[in-house]
Amino acid sequence: MKRYSVFAVAREALRNHQGWDRAWAKADPKPRYDAIVVGAGGHGLASAYYLGRNHGITNVAVIEKGWLGGGNTGRNTTIIRSNYLQDPSAAIYEKSRSLYETLSQDLNYNIMFSPRGVMMLAQTQHEVRGYLRTAHANALQGVATEFIGPERVKELVPIIDTNGPRYPVLGALWQPRAGTARHDAVAWGYARACSAMGMDIIQNCEVTGIRREGGKVTGVETTKGAIGCDRLGIVVAGHSSQLADMAGFRLPIESVALQALVSEPIKPCMDVVVMANTVHGYLSQSDKGEMVIGGGTDGFNNYTQRGSWHHIEETVRALVETFPMLSRLKMLRQWGGIVDMTGDRSPIISKTPVEGVFVNCGWGTGGFKAIPGSGWAMAELMAKGASPLAEEFSMFRFREGKFIDESVAAGVAH
Amino acid sequence: MSTRLAQGGRLIDRQKPLRFTFNGLPMEGYEGDTMAAALLANDRMLVGRSFKYHRPRGIVASGAEEPNALVGLGEGARFEPNQRVTTTELFDGASAISQNHWPSLDFDIGAINARLARFLPAGFYYKMFIHPRPFWKHVYEPFIRQSAGLGRAPKDRDPDRYEQAYGFCDVAVVGGGVAGLAAALAAGRAGKRVWLMEQAAHWGGRAVVDGVTVDGAAAEDWVAAALAELGGMANVRVKARTMAAGLYDHGYLLAYERIADHTPGDGRPRHRLWRIRAGQVIAATGAIERPLAFAGNDVPGVMLASAVRDYAVNWAVSPGDRTVIVTNNDDAYRTALALADAGLVVPAVVDARACVTGALPQAVRDRGIRVLEGRGIAKVKGGKRVTGVAICAQAGEGSVLEEIGCDAVAMSGGWSPVVHLWSHCGGKLAWDEAGAMFRPDPARPPTGADGAAMVVAAGAANGHLQAADCLADAHAAGGGTGAAPTAVTEAEAPLEPVWIMPQGAGPALRAKMWLDYQNDVKVSDVQLAAREGYESVEHTKRYTTLGMATDQGKLSNINGLAVLSEALHQPIPATGTTTFRPPYTPISLAAIAGEAKGELFQPLRRTPMHDWHEAHGAYWEPVGHWRRPYCYQRSGEGIEDAVRREVRNTRNGLGLLDASTLGKIVVKGPDAGRFLDMLYTNMMSTLPVGKCRYGLMCNEQGFLSDDGVVARLSDDTWLCHTTSGGADRIHGWMEDWLQCEWWDWKVYTANLTEQFAQVAVVGPKARAVLEKLGGDIDLSAAALPFMHWAEGTLGGISARVFRISFSGELSYEIAVPAGQGRAFWEQLIAAGEDFGVMPYGTEALHIMRAEKGFIMIGDETDGTVIPQDLGLDWAISKKKADFLGKRGMERTHMTDPNRWKLVGLETPDGSVIPDGAYVPATGVNANGQKNTQGRVTSTYHSPTLDRGIAMALVLNGPDRMGEVLDIPGIDGKVYRAKIVSPVFYDPEGEKQNV
Repeated sequence: MKRYSVFAVAREALRNHQGWDRAWAKADPKPRYDAIVVGAGGHGLASAYYLGRNHGITNVAVIEKGWLGGGNTGRNTTIIRSNYLQDPSAAIYEKSRSLYETLSQDLNYNIMFSPRGVMMLAQTQHEVRGYLRTAHANALQGVATEFIGPERVKELVPIIDTNGPRYPVLGALWQPRAGTARHDAVAWGYARACSAMGMDIIQNCEVTGIRREGGKVTGVETTKGAIGCDRLGIVVAGHSSQLADMAGFRLPIESVALQALVSEPIKPCMDVVVMANTVHGYLSQSDKGEMVIGGGTDGFNNYTQRGSWHHIEETVRALVETFPMLSRLKMLRQWGGIVDMTGDRSPIISKTPVEGVFVNCGWGTGGFKAIPGSGWAMAELMAKGASPLAEEFSMFRFREGKFIDESVAAGVAH
Repeated sequence: MSTRLAQGGRLIDRQKPLRFTFNGLPMEGYEGDTMAAALLANDRMLVGRSFKYHRPRGIVASGAEEPNALVGLGEGARFEPNQRVTTTELFDGASAISQNHWPSLDFDIGAINARLARFLPAGFYYKMFIHPRPFWKHVYEPFIRQSAGLGRAPKDRDPDRYEQAYGFCDVAVVGGGVAGLAAALAAGRAGKRVWLMEQAAHWGGRAVVDGVTVDGAAAEDWVAAALAELGGMANVRVKARTMAAGLYDHGYLLAYERIADHTPGDGRPRHRLWRIRAGQVIAATGAIERPLAFAGNDVPGVMLASAVRDYAVNWAVSPGDRTVIVTNNDDAYRTALALADAGLVVPAVVDARACVTGALPQAVRDRGIRVLEGRGIAKVKGGKRVTGVAICAQAGEGSVLEEIGCDAVAMSGGWSPVVHLWSHCGGKLAWDEAGAMFRPDPARPPTGADGAAMVVAAGAANGHLQAADCLADAHAAGGGTGAAPTAVTEAEAPLEPVWIMPQGAGPALRAKMWLDYQNDVKVSDVQLAAREGYESVEHTKRYTTLGMATDQGKLSNINGLAVLSEALHQPIPATGTTTFRPPYTPISLAAIAGEAKGELFQPLRRTPMHDWHEAHGAYWEPVGHWRRPYCYQRSGEGIEDAVRREVRNTRNGLGLLDASTLGKIVVKGPDAGRFLDMLYTNMMSTLPVGKCRYGLMCNEQGFLSDDGVVARLSDDTWLCHTTSGGADRIHGWMEDWLQCEWWDWKVYTANLTEQFAQVAVVGPKARAVLEKLGGDIDLSAAALPFMHWAEGTLGGISARVFRISFSGELSYEIAVPAGQGRAFWEQLIAAGEDFGVMPYGTEALHIMRAEKGFIMIGDETDGTVIPQDLGLDWAISKKKADFLGKRGMERTHMTDPNRWKLVGLETPDGSVIPDGAYVPATGVNANGQKNTQGRVTSTYHSPTLDRGIAMALVLNGPDRMGEVLDIPGIDGKVYRAKIVSPVFYDPEGEKQNV
């Protein structure tokens, strides 16, 4: 793999960029691998990457039904934060955030992690108390957050109206080292690094069955033939229950559409990410200049990767009310993705009833920020059979009632 | 130069000149002009700069597909960035500024990027700016960010109004060309309820420009007659300036009407957003001409051939004095004819096809215009304006055969049907090899709820580019019976797909062939993406930003994916398209928000006493959609002082609380008792008529979700009080169970929250003030003991009196009809004067309940707390076989003896523990986080006890009475607190039972 650098770009410029390698090799499946990861989204690729990097397991295939990074990795609003309330969440999201800090260097691929700061507005007394609680929890968890007042909010986000007639801004939970990254680049960077380790990334290859013998996985059936493996990671947000079904077990997952939209690009006017949970919308400005907008999920289950129009209206209303200058901007594009929702809105990184089958799913509306940490934990779980980061995210917690419920902190989990 | 022709212009009214400015320069146009037409008429071809390289950009199209000509329009609060001048109707006094340059449009420092273009290929930023790490945040990104974006951000609050409305029809016809009109006529004549919409202000599409003859008449006349007929049909609604923006599931069509963009500030709503339920959508959305990819095809003056024709015919504007036409099809010859008709010079038509025959080329040859066969453009000369073209053999590598001087180039690479509406909800496309275009695949349409096709593509949008086919197709799509309108046009020879020009161009030329003009994506970029393995069309799009500009690839996508297919040596259908997403063209966020802003943002719920509170110093707190007084401030009084005064006054004398927001749900029917026994953890069916009982509700997981007092009103009727925030949710919860699970139970529910005003009359003087009001209810302790209710009249008003207490004081909650709430409240205030009555707000309410150790849903509970954690085991029935949450709370984690449980906390020094503080334990967990053993759930300064009090959930708390905990606050202090009973005030309950 040729290293990327300004010098490499300059060198290639002189020969019309004819000499660049493929970012990742084209691969046909081998008969068997030590481990197979189903799903070449961010989480799947990161799982494979850390299997190789941390555990020396490189005879790995990542199998993808469509194009890599084409699910929620390429559809989200790119927010990265770790100001979670519950200990297991804060642990994995903070691990993830800290891995993001150096990911460009680790992967030799600029994923543009931009620690520009994320604030979550408090617009009711109840929200103020909720975020004060989170701030206290974060202090003990080693997550750097602070509760700031409305003046500081206005200073950080001049375009905000803190005196809205309905929900004045009473303060905010502020995480200065949270931010955004270029979502596609995260998938591409991991894919390139996996490929460089000799792993096979097999696109346009749909898994149609999971082979088992005596309660243990032996391989998968795909549209490109059967492939053997000892360990199988299922990392297919949006379709987790279907893969679980192929392996003969059920997951406590519902699939719903989550939508996002962007405005036309404008010159920079807001450098931080703002989440307004009372009115329910969140906003950031991309490096291209588009205002990136997200909101809530649809209320019904579906697989269409589209969503209901009224959710777009609700989200845009919330944000135009909070940021009046948005009014004369125009929506350029809206889209949707299908997210896994668990009973407590927290993920599952878990062993399963089938020996050798591991599942990583249920990231709900907030999976992008977790990609490196999720991959780190999944790889450890697949390699060693246990991971402290994944410990509490077992799929069996629902049986015990041991929920990790983030919605309790007045927050919604984006 | 571009200029206004002396004659012609079917859309302009030369009697009505309009003045406007561009970058401060005064200019003139005519009514009927688009701003693009007017700019060209004023010889203003260069209107902007591209996104990445800051290349000079001119007007290239004449409609919604325009990628280049975006301006900042208007001033002050009406400023709007990124307005497409090709769809901006000119109005008097309009002011426009160009975008994305510094210091000026003509001299832009950013154009240095164009010089560095070879160092800035597609995706360069993924390979650079990696080291040193802190530089991305502090150096690289701020620099890149400053150069990002197109127009400048608006600053002010939008003064305009926006409307939303609903529409219903059998058939929604989208597109006001002859196809749309024919389809609407067919459907309208059949008696269908029809909506016909056209995004522009004018009708007729291409046919009126191209001089088509329809049913023996000029298209112009046929269109006028069709509009007149449609206008006369009561079942047809005709709407100009209305764009179908998107199609959603089940035929939900979104349309965007631009009412007053061209008459700003005239008092009408600026935009109107229509949500239309259409039985069927007919997409007669036409087709968009494709550019050709030759070196320098982005130089201002290179335009679409159809646009050149449009400007000449519609607006009498000549884009250039000498226009070279370059094409791979016959249609572009119409532009040569139109220009010749206008007396303009066409030095040559450069046709990539080796052999050009056919009627249209012949007509051009007959005018003495050179037709160069098998030729292409090697390179366009010029920087900010075309000065000439170098001609080469299309089949070669670009050796220049001759140079032709010109100041405009009209290009045509063929046409692409507008398939957006077809595709928004999953309609599939088929590749038409002959037409070199994707067209709707009728076998795979988007389907509605009934599984039937909900969109029919018609006319050019369906791939029928010839007027006669187009009309027949549209007539059939509209369900027309009888003969379709007929059209006469010149026959056209087939086009020859040309994806790059010349065919064998080397890297240097390919790096100058633009695909996406706004985002500066060139043929070389797409080829680089393919080479690097970004092979999926989605990868190529995302890696190169092809098609991600404000035109969303209307001009670039098909050319781009054809180039990609060639690079991958695969057929175009194997590459496929990217996803078509709404909206078709950008729509204002204001229209999406509609009227819901400011005071109208969300419904404001007011209690009957709202105005009284407002007039008496209420400091409001939003509680859901309600506003509740947090406290009532007196002049010169701080908020905390007000709260303390209210608490003390209530404890010592008499307080009134507006409790109207409290949820009040009536549950009635033969199975009501059984139903409530399932809903509440405790038994409600055994509650005697006339009595009240405090109840808990859990979700299926066993977590506490709401609480409140239930009163049995009669044998089959219960009144369930819920929390203020929970009323709607709990009512929905009840209905969910009744409608989905226990649908055969005979139970009705009704949410009567707003039907009653409710007042809590609280304090030692509570009985006295009620007795003073007078009435027929015996309020004595014997007749109306604690947890009983009675009804009758109080002060002449029908009232239901509940003897319940959330403060620990003698307390009555009195419900009266909402319409008499204010009067009742004022009677109480007047009667209470002698007793020192004061209203109190939510904060005093919270403090008094905490002093008494009562839990508050949302404070002591957070969705992970079970009743047992709060010492509420007594409210969980052991007799019932089942209730919601019973099974959930039997799981191992819930029955774990080591859970965080409710206690009180007392600070020895009287200080107030911070809100939300956690109680640490020793050591760290496996992830390095400090261990915890509890958290503070409520914390207040108690005015009654004059010290800090708190409630907390602490590991095995009730077994640890007297233990002292250290609690760190985020304020940096550590608070010492002793575990005590959560009941700080009147633990024996003597006060409330008097």
